[in-house]
Amino acid sequence: MSEKKRKKIKEGQFPQEPSRRSFLNKLWIGLGILALLEFALLVMAYLRPNKKETKSRDPETIIEAGPVAKFPLDSVTAFIRGKFYLCRLEDGGFLAVSRRCTHLGCTVPWIDKEKRFACPCHASAFDIKGEVINPPAPRPLDLYRLFIENSIVKVDTGRRIKRSRFRADQVVYAKRVKHETLEN
Amino acid sequence: MGKGRNGILRVVKGQERYRRYLNTFILHFRPRTVPEQTLRFTLTWGLGGMAVVLILMLFGTGVLLKFAYHPFPDKAYESILHLQHDIQFGQLIRNIHHWSANILLVVVFLHFLRVFFTGAFHPPRQFNWIIGLALFLTVLFSNFTGYLLPWDQLSFWAVTICTGMFDYIPGAGLWLQEMIRGGPEVGPSTLTNFYAIHTVILPALIIAFMPFHFWRVRKAGGLVIPRTPEEDSETRGEMVPSIPNLIVREIAMALILIAFILVVSVFFNAPLEGKANPGLSPNPTKAPWYFLGFQEILLHFSPLIALFFIPVLMIIALISIPYIHYPSSTAGVWFVSSKGRRMAIGATVAALIATPIGILVDEYVVDFAVWMPGLSPVISQGLIRLGIVLAVFYGFYLLLKRRYYANKNETVQVVFCFFLTAFIILTITGIWFRGSEMRLVWP
Repeated sequence: MSEKKRKKIKEGQFPQEPSRRSFLNKLWIGLGILALLEFALLVMAYLRPNKKETKSRDPETIIEAGPVAKFPLDSVTAFIRGKFYLCRLEDGGFLAVSRRCTHLGCTVPWIDKEKRFACPCHASAFDIKGEVINPPAPRPLDLYRLFIENSIVKVDTGRRIKRSRFRADQVVYAKRVKHETLEN
Repeated sequence: MGKGRNGILRVVKGQERYRRYLNTFILHFRPRTVPEQTLRFTLTWGLGGMAVVLILMLFGTGVLLKFAYHPFPDKAYESILHLQHDIQFGQLIRNIHHWSANILLVVVFLHFLRVFFTGAFHPPRQFNWIIGLALFLTVLFSNFTGYLLPWDQLSFWAVTICTGMFDYIPGAGLWLQEMIRGGPEVGPSTLTNFYAIHTVILPALIIAFMPFHFWRVRKAGGLVIPRTPEEDSETRGEMVPSIPNLIVREIAMALILIAFILVVSVFFNAPLEGKANPGLSPNPTKAPWYFLGFQEILLHFSPLIALFFIPVLMIIALISIPYIHYPSSTAGVWFVSSKGRRMAIGATVAALIATPIGILVDEYVVDFAVWMPGLSPVISQGLIRLGIVLAVFYGFYLLLKRRYYANKNETVQVVFCFFLTAFIILTITGIWFRGSEMRLVWP
C-alpha cells in the first residue's frame, strides 16, 4: 500500500476504486433483498384466496332452475342457494340476475308491486332486466350464464358476469318461443 | 422473635428497599425529571396517557374474549350469546372491550387535535407526527376488524359495504378486496382473515409503534412547553422529579378513566343484533360510525372521487403537515396566535354553516345527472361537485387571507379547521340524520 493511500485511509477517506470488500458487501445486500422478496412472494401466494379449492368443494355450480313453462312471463323467481334471480321478460326471454347490488354489495329484494329491485342500503333501484333506474348504483346487476337444455333452464353460478349496460343478446330464449307463450 | 427497636428499623428499611426497586423500575419507562410546566393538565388533557390505559384494557379484555370466542361463521354468533348468557361476567368483559375500543377512537382523535393545535409537530417532533398517524390507522383498523367478529346483521353488512368500497379503487382495488375477504364475498374466509388481523397483526403493530412513539417524545426532550406567542420557545422552567409529580397524576387519570369505563359497561350493553343473514340486508345498512363520514361523502360524490381521491388527498395532506416550510415554530402555543385563533373560529363557523347547507341542497335541489344527461357520472357526480366545494372553500380562503394577511402557520390551521369541521358534520349526519334508504331524517 502506498504512503498516500495509507494516509487517506487514516483520515477516513477510503479509496474510490472497487475493492473486493465493497463488492462482497453489495453482493450480501443484494442477496438479502432477494431473500426478502422471496419471502414476500411466498406470503402473498399463501394468503391468496384459492379459487381451485373453493370450486372443488362446491362442484354444483350449475343449478337446474326448472322447466321453461314453470316461469310465467314478466316474473321474477328468487333462487336462494344460487344467490340469483331468474327473470322472465315479457317476450319470454330469460336472464339470471345476481342479487348483489352493484353499488356496495347489499342483497337486493324484488318488489313485485313496483316491478323493481330496490336496494335497502342506499336506495339504488333496478328494473326486471337489471338496468339501473335509480343511482347510486353505477352499472346494471351482474349476470350469470344461463342456458336451456331440453326446455330446462339451467344457470351456471360459478362466475359472475359484469356488464356496463343491458343488451338484447344477453337474453336467452327457449327454442320454441311461440309454443311456450301459447302454453302460458 | 421479639420485635424490638431494631426489628422495626429492619422492617422500615425493607419497605424502603422495595420502594426503591419499584421507583427504579418505573424510571425504566418514565423520565427522571420533567419540566414543571408540562404537568399542566390543560396542555395534554391526559389524552396520550388515556390512550395507553385504554389499549392495556383492550389487550386484557381481548385476551379474555379469546377464551370464549370461536371464529367460524356457524359458531361465532352462538359463542357470543354463550359468552353473554352463560359465562360469569362475560357480558361485562365484552362491554368493557366494546366501550374501551370506541372511547379509544375518540381519545386518539382528540389527542391528534391537541397535538395539531399546540403545534407539537414542528421540529424535532416531525416524524413522531407520522408515527402518531400510523398508530391512529392501526387503532382504526383494529376497531373495524373487530366489528365483524360477532357475526350479527350489524357487523356482516357493515363489513360487506365497507369492503365493497374497494370495488371503486382503480387498479389494485378488486385484488385487494379479494385478499381481504379471502374470496369474492364476505364469508368464512373473511372471518378467519379478520380474526387473525384483529388478534395478532394489529396488536403486534401497536406494540411495535407505541414504544417508538414514546421514545420520540423522550428524544424531543419531553412534551412541548406551553407558552404564549410572545414567549421564547427555548426557555424552560424548573425541572421536577417524575416521582411523584408525574406518576401520581398519571395514576389518578388512569383510575378515573377505568372507573368511567366500568360504569358505562355496567349500564350499557354492547350492541348485538340477529345472526348474520347474507340474503337479507337491513334497511338502512350503515358502516361503523367512524366511517360514516366517508359513507356520507359517497352519497354526494361519485365513488371514484369519494373512495379514492378524497381519502388519498386527506392522507397526503395529513402526512405533509409537519414538513411544510413554516415561517416560525409555534410549538407550545395554542392555535398559533391570537389572530390564528380568531381565524380558526371563523373557519370552523364557516364549515358549520356551509356543510349542512351543502348536504341539504344536494339532497333536494341539485341533480346534475338529470340536468346534464350526456356527461359521464365521474364528471357530473364527481368533478363538478368537487370543483364547487373547492371553489367555495377557495373564495372563503381568499377572503380570510386578504382581510387578515394570514401567514403560513395560520393558513394551514384555517384549512385544517375547515375540512375537519366539515368531516365531523358529515359523520354526525351519517350517524343520526340518515334513516331508511339513507334518506335525510330528523333523529
